Amino acid sequence: MIDFEFVKPLTVADAVKALAAEGAQALSGGQTLTPTMKQRLATPSVLVSLNGIAAMRGVSVSGGTVTVGAATTHATVAREATAYPALAALAGGIGDMAVRNRGTMGGSLANNDPAACYPSAVLGSGATVVTNTRSIAADDFFQGMFTTALEEGEIITAVSFPVPLKAAYVKFNQPASRFALTGVFVAKFADGVRVAVTGASNNGVFRWSEAEAALSASFSAAAIAGLVVPSDDMIADMHGTAAYRANLVKVLTGRAVTAA
Amino acid sequence: MPKDHGIGASVKRREDIRFLTGTGNYTDDITIHGQAYAVFVRSNVAHGRIVSVGAEAAKGMPGVLAVFTGEDFKDVGGNPAGWLIKSRNGEAMREPKRPVLAHGKVRHVGDAYAAVIAQSYNEAKTAAQAISDASVIEELPAIVDMRQALADTSNRVHDELPDNECFDWGWIEDNRAKVDEAIKSAPHVTTLNLINNRLVPNAMEPRASIGEYFPGTGDYKLTTTSQNPHLTRLLVAAFVLGIPENKLTVVAPDVGGGFGSKIYHYGEEALVLAAAKKLKRAVKWTAERSESFLTDAHGRDHVTKIELACDLEGNFIAFRTETMANVGAYLSNFATVTPTFLHGTLMAGPYKVPNVYVNVKTVFTNTAPVDAYRGAGRPEATYSLERVVDKMCRELGLDPFEVRRKNFLTPDMFPYTTPVGLAYDTGNYHATLDKAIQLGDVAGFEARRAASAAKGKLRGLGLSTWIEACGIAPSNLVGILGARVGLYDAATVRVNATGNVSVMVGAHSHGQSHETVFAQIVGAMFGIPEGSIEIVHGDTSKIPFGMGSYGSRSLAVCGQAMANACDKVIAKGKKIAAHMLEANEGEILFSDGVFSVSGTNRSKTFGEIAFSAYVPHNYPLATLEPGLEETAFYDPANFTYPAGAYICEVEVDPDTGKVDIASFTCADDFGNVMNPMVVEGQVHGGVVQGIGQALLELGVYDENGQLLTGSYMDYAMPRADDVPFVTVDHSCSTPCTHNALGVKGCGEAGAIGSPPAVVNAVLDALNRAGKKIDHIDMPLTPSRVWSAMNA
Repeated sequence: MIDFEFVKPLTVADAVKALAAEGAQALSGGQTLTPTMKQRLATPSVLVSLNGIAAMRGVSVSGGTVTVGAATTHATVAREATAYPALAALAGGIGDMAVRNRGTMGGSLANNDPAACYPSAVLGSGATVVTNTRSIAADDFFQGMFTTALEEGEIITAVSFPVPLKAAYVKFNQPASRFALTGVFVAKFADGVRVAVTGASNNGVFRWSEAEAALSASFSAAAIAGLVVPSDDMIADMHGTAAYRANLVKVLTGRAVTAA
Repeated sequence: MPKDHGIGASVKRREDIRFLTGTGNYTDDITIHGQAYAVFVRSNVAHGRIVSVGAEAAKGMPGVLAVFTGEDFKDVGGNPAGWLIKSRNGEAMREPKRPVLAHGKVRHVGDAYAAVIAQSYNEAKTAAQAISDASVIEELPAIVDMRQALADTSNRVHDELPDNECFDWGWIEDNRAKVDEAIKSAPHVTTLNLINNRLVPNAMEPRASIGEYFPGTGDYKLTTTSQNPHLTRLLVAAFVLGIPENKLTVVAPDVGGGFGSKIYHYGEEALVLAAAKKLKRAVKWTAERSESFLTDAHGRDHVTKIELACDLEGNFIAFRTETMANVGAYLSNFATVTPTFLHGTLMAGPYKVPNVYVNVKTVFTNTAPVDAYRGAGRPEATYSLERVVDKMCRELGLDPFEVRRKNFLTPDMFPYTTPVGLAYDTGNYHATLDKAIQLGDVAGFEARRAASAAKGKLRGLGLSTWIEACGIAPSNLVGILGARVGLYDAATVRVNATGNVSVMVGAHSHGQSHETVFAQIVGAMFGIPEGSIEIVHGDTSKIPFGMGSYGSRSLAVCGQAMANACDKVIAKGKKIAAHMLEANEGEILFSDGVFSVSGTNRSKTFGEIAFSAYVPHNYPLATLEPGLEETAFYDPANFTYPAGAYICEVEVDPDTGKVDIASFTCADDFGNVMNPMVVEGQVHGGVVQGIGQALLELGVYDENGQLLTGSYMDYAMPRADDVPFVTVDHSCSTPCTHNALGVKGCGEAGAIGSPPAVVNAVLDALNRAGKKIDHIDMPLTPSRVWSAMNA
């Protein structure tokens, strides 16, 4: 790791200001960024920690909505998002205890790793990503592997999740990293079912619309038995073929429906 | 109440106090005043011609003290292979030079071609990047696949060789025609093609080295992560740098695991010594984990075709093996013995098979060197045998337990010389098999299978029976086979004036618990408390010239040397007692720490004798020397032959192909056991490594020679929740017949016996479910299992 300046602003406004500096980079947990810096693949000159911003931390419930501050750690979400048990359970299954105590929801979403867990919860819940400048619907936020709707210098401040009637996340671990080889988040709302898949596609997290339609008609694993997941856009690597991942999408969707 | 001390007691490990409280002393923990830091410039390409090294780019950069390139070492020696193997045609193996730093060509990703020494690690790292950026390396096509490497002689890892073959070895060549004939005329032949997957060792502590040079005396000191400091000293001093051996001290302090990968001498050790001399200050290098992945000697990597000929009742007639073994870009120190004498000589297994022939071609490729890794050759042999036997049983509809039973050697057949040249001294393979069947509750399997089926899971049971040759020695035999070193060991037992004891041993403990277990033996022999015995290891300036720890040899070879030295101390003590008690030496008895005159109540304690040895007032100095210190070198008559039977039960999820290990049972014969808890720990660790190989671990290079599994993001190590509680038994003991301790060795057993048990269990589960699947190559990842089921 090479030398860098470290700042820890207390407000979103100060963070935005600090991020305007040449070579500045936001740090929100650093579970991806710090290993990358150790390998010198990232060499920011200023690290702007978002951990000091109190307004960006914590879980709150209002009406049927759970709002998570973007700098809230996975461990805190797992412990405090009791109003949305599927979300809390997902957070409790990310990485290991050390990762959960440092990593944050905002950090994970801004990075949008194609095998991360949180994007499936945000997309599967139809959540809203709130930034310092605007609100972005989940369907507009994720734009492919490691790509989001965020502008340069824009900071996620919170994510609002409408709480579904039923929901579950089922993850199949990649054996080495224990990221999601494939993970499926299923959420049943009064007006329909959303199914979001992470880990499987070359295009990052996606909604499986055929399953959503089938499950909206009948919320049971049997409802998707006849569906076929095309493997064309699936990731193929040493941990799983494209056909294998396509199979996992269907198997895990069924399991998530049963678990919900 | 169980024994709390002495031989056979589960004495708690004294070394755990420092390991578990963070007070160990590892190489990287050591800081020498004025120490500088080395960082290596490593090739990003698998195969390339070095057009120019951008050493100038580092000159003048902050903190940079020196830059070394291959040019600086082109006139010093190379790091040699420890065994000379001959091809079937009688030609000696090809042995290209392995330089300290690559010169002319780079031959694998991670091959170091320059090194920077700087005031700080960060400065060295920055300068190394600058050199890398300024260097010109003309990339050549990478040689990765062994078949292609042998077929294409125009593209060669070593230009000076005619092709990429190191040797083509036959064992035993005289068996060849007879084996071919036996297979041709056999009622049944089962053929199996398999891959023994490449593994990355992943010791918890990465390699690290500190070089020091003392200008006043011309002495050198190397502190390094080694399993065998004297061997490292010999290689660095005599073969590579040309330093007189007596001017170099090698210290291996606490070492955090080796599994074979720290047996060998690596170029980084020579570099830090050369740099220390040039700069007149200490130079430290510590590997990053990514360097460990790229440069620690990898393990296994065999491509094998094995044939088993038998009659229709499953009586074995012949085994014939053709193996290609990858040695990587350079010959590491044990690279040539591992796929040959540690593999081919075990290809009779525990069986009374009359015909065995093994052919091994070793192949140079643009990958990291491959060498001995826990088990070293014997896991490869066991896997081939136990997989092909399992396949044969399925083909002929025979019971795998009965087939083993009818082919096992029986206890009355020992000593038994196999068709591949080893002389097994003792064993009882039926006993360990019966014990495993009992402990693994094979009788209850059908009920458990039904319970799994009710949950939608496919349950299977796999058996593996194994034997190994360990206690690696004896020099007489290994010399005939091509070893360039002896394989004895040595110990010095120094009884101090106050009656406590310092024991200096040639074995090196990097997880094996020598400090505890060796003290148990000495304490029992001397009748003194174990707490008054110190085991000293790892420092060539303190210990006798032993050969270190690998091949499950510490106890069977060094432990016996130590016991012999204790016997010498007792003999000397009797002389002193005879003098003090005014008796004849022949009248002196020694028991429970007391020397006494037979038939009298006259006696002296061990402590009194020790004190007298160093305060020799009134000694008959013409016939009795002062002091109580003895050294013994021990070179055994034979290898030792532990053996056992392993049973694994798995549950396979048919929807995802995921394999869960439901239970794992080991019944081993290690001969006499000194500390059961330590033995159980060794077996647990070995089994976990074997499960890792069977289900998780794979070193993968792509077609360009890039290591795809270069970090824990993609290289899957077994974790606690991947493995079951392992049932371990070692009650079926047949003590070794040629060492007085009656010990055999247990360090490698788990890693040898477990992979075929796991794979056999998975295939059993799939075949019981109606899937006709002959074989799946390791690791049996969910994707591979599911793909086989849905092919």
